[in-house]
Amino acid sequence: MSGKKTNKSKIRNTLIVTGVIAVAALAAYILLFMPMNNVPSWISNIRDAFYASAFYSDFENNFITDNRYTYLLKGLGVTFEVTFFAVLLGIVLGVIVALVRSSYDTLKEELRGFGKGILYFFYKLCGVYLTVIRGTPVVVQLMIIYFVIFASSNNKVMVAVLAFGINSGAYVAEIIRGGIMSIDKGQFEAGRSLGFGYVRTMAFIIIPQAFKTVLPALANEFIVLIKETSVSGYVGLQELTKGGDIIRSRTYSAFMPLIAVAVIYLVIVMFFSWLVSLLERRLKNSER
Amino acid sequence: MSADNNVIISVKDLKKHYNDGEVKALDGVTTDIKKGEVVVVIGPSGSGKSTFLRSLNLLERPTGGTITFDGNDIMSPATDINKLRQKMGMVFQHFNLFPHLTILRNMTIAPMKLHGLSKEEAEKKALALLERVGLADRANAYPSQLSGGQKQRIAIVRALAMDPEVMLFDEPTSALDPEMVGEVLEVMKNLAKAGMTMVCVTHEMGFAREVGTRVVFMDCGRIIEENTPEQIFTNPQNERLQAFLQKVL
Repeated sequence: MSGKKTNKSKIRNTLIVTGVIAVAALAAYILLFMPMNNVPSWISNIRDAFYASAFYSDFENNFITDNRYTYLLKGLGVTFEVTFFAVLLGIVLGVIVALVRSSYDTLKEELRGFGKGILYFFYKLCGVYLTVIRGTPVVVQLMIIYFVIFASSNNKVMVAVLAFGINSGAYVAEIIRGGIMSIDKGQFEAGRSLGFGYVRTMAFIIIPQAFKTVLPALANEFIVLIKETSVSGYVGLQELTKGGDIIRSRTYSAFMPLIAVAVIYLVIVMFFSWLVSLLERRLKNSER
Repeated sequence: MSADNNVIISVKDLKKHYNDGEVKALDGVTTDIKKGEVVVVIGPSGSGKSTFLRSLNLLERPTGGTITFDGNDIMSPATDINKLRQKMGMVFQHFNLFPHLTILRNMTIAPMKLHGLSKEEAEKKALALLERVGLADRANAYPSQLSGGQKQRIAIVRALAMDPEVMLFDEPTSALDPEMVGEVLEVMKNLAKAGMTMVCVTHEMGFAREVGTRVVFMDCGRIIEENTPEQIFTNPQNERLQAFLQKVL
C-alpha cells in the first residue's frame, strides 16, 4: 500500500518537474527566438539585451561560429554508438561468466570427470578475467587495447567498444551472479525436485527472478558506462567529452563547452534512470 | 538384489559424512519402502532425518551406500536423475512455490515442459487438482497472496501434477501457523487414503499414529527403531525413543 503511494507521488513529482522545465523552455523560446510579425517593444527590448549580453556572445562563439555545436552532436553520436555496443558485449560476457561461475559452484558435487574438468578450467579462467579487469583502471585497459593489442588498427570505435564491453562484462557478471545467489536455495531445489535439469531450472525459475533483483544494479552499471566512455579521448576517439574539449581548444573558453557537455550527460542519465524506473514498476506489478 | 516386487525404494547402508568422517549426518541407514506405504520418519533435530529424505531424490548427495528406485541405482552416473525425480514428488518445509508465476503456472510448468502436455491438458489437470484441495478459485493468484496453509496445499498438488509414484514430505507443517496445520494434514491424509506411497519427515505425532503404516525413529544418523505406529507409540523398545516420545507427547 505504502509502495503504491510512493509510486504515485513519484509520478506526480516527475510530471511537475517536466512541466516546469517545458514551460520555462517555451517561455524562453517565445521571448528570445520565436519569429513574430510585430514584435512587442518589451519583448524586443529583452531580445536586444540578450543578443548584446556577454552570455550570448560567449554562446555564439562556442557553439554557433563555424558550426562548432556539431562537435557535440557528432560526439554524442559516437558516445551512444560506443555505449550501445559495449552494453551488448558487456551483457553477453557478463551472463556467460556469471553462469560459468555460479554453475560450477552448484554443480561441482554433481559433475564428474571430463565435464567437471572443463567447467573447472572455465571457472578459473573467468576468475582471472574478473580479477584482472576489476583490478585495473578502465583507462589503462583502453590504452592497452589501443596501443598494444590493436596497435596496427585505427578503428577507435571498435577499440572503445571492446575496452568498455570487456570492462563492463566483469561488473555485470558479478551483479548477475549476486542476483542468482540471492534467490533462495529452495527455489532451485523445488525446480530440481520437479525433474528440471540444471539449465531448465536456471532458465524457468532462477533467471526470471534474479533479473528482477538485479535490474536496478544492472541499469546503474549501464548509466556508469555511458559516463565512463568519456575517457575515450585518451585514445583520440572524438566522443562527447572530447567534442567539448575540442571546442574549448578552439575558443579558449572552458565554461560553455564543458557545462554543455555536463548538461547533456545529465539529461541522458536522467532519461535512462526514468526508463528504468518505469520498467521496475512494471516488473513489480506483475508479481502482485 | 532381493526381488520383492513391492519395494519401490531400497536404501542400503546410506552414509553422508562431512570433513572426512568427522561429522556423520547419515551413518549407515538401511530400509525398504514398499508401494502404498506411508513411512513417517521421526527423531530429534540433527538426527539426519531430513538428510535421509533429501538423499532419496539426491537433493543431498550421500557419500556412501546405495539407493535403488524402481530398480535404478540413483547414484550411478548412467542414471538420468532428472527423469527419476519426475516420479518423486517433493514437498518442502518452506513451500518453495515460484513467486514469479501464478498458482496455475506453478502447477503447469513442469508437466508442460517435461511431460509435453499441451497448455489446455495441463491446466485442466491442474484445475482438477486444485478442486481436490479446495483452491480452484485461487488459480490465477500469485503465491504471495496466499496463506501458509494454502501455499503448502498448492505445493502438494504442484508435485502431484507430475503423477509421481512416491511423495516425499520434508517437515511440511513445521513452518505453518498452528491453525493451518490441520488443512495440510487433511490433504496428506486423503493422499494416503488414495494409496500414494509417502515418506514423511514430521513432528506431527498424531499424523504419524493415525496415517502412518510404519514409523521410523532416527537418531545420530541411524535408524534406531522402526515399527508400526501402535508398537512405536505404545511399546517403544529403545530408551532413546522412549526419552524422545516422553518429550514430544
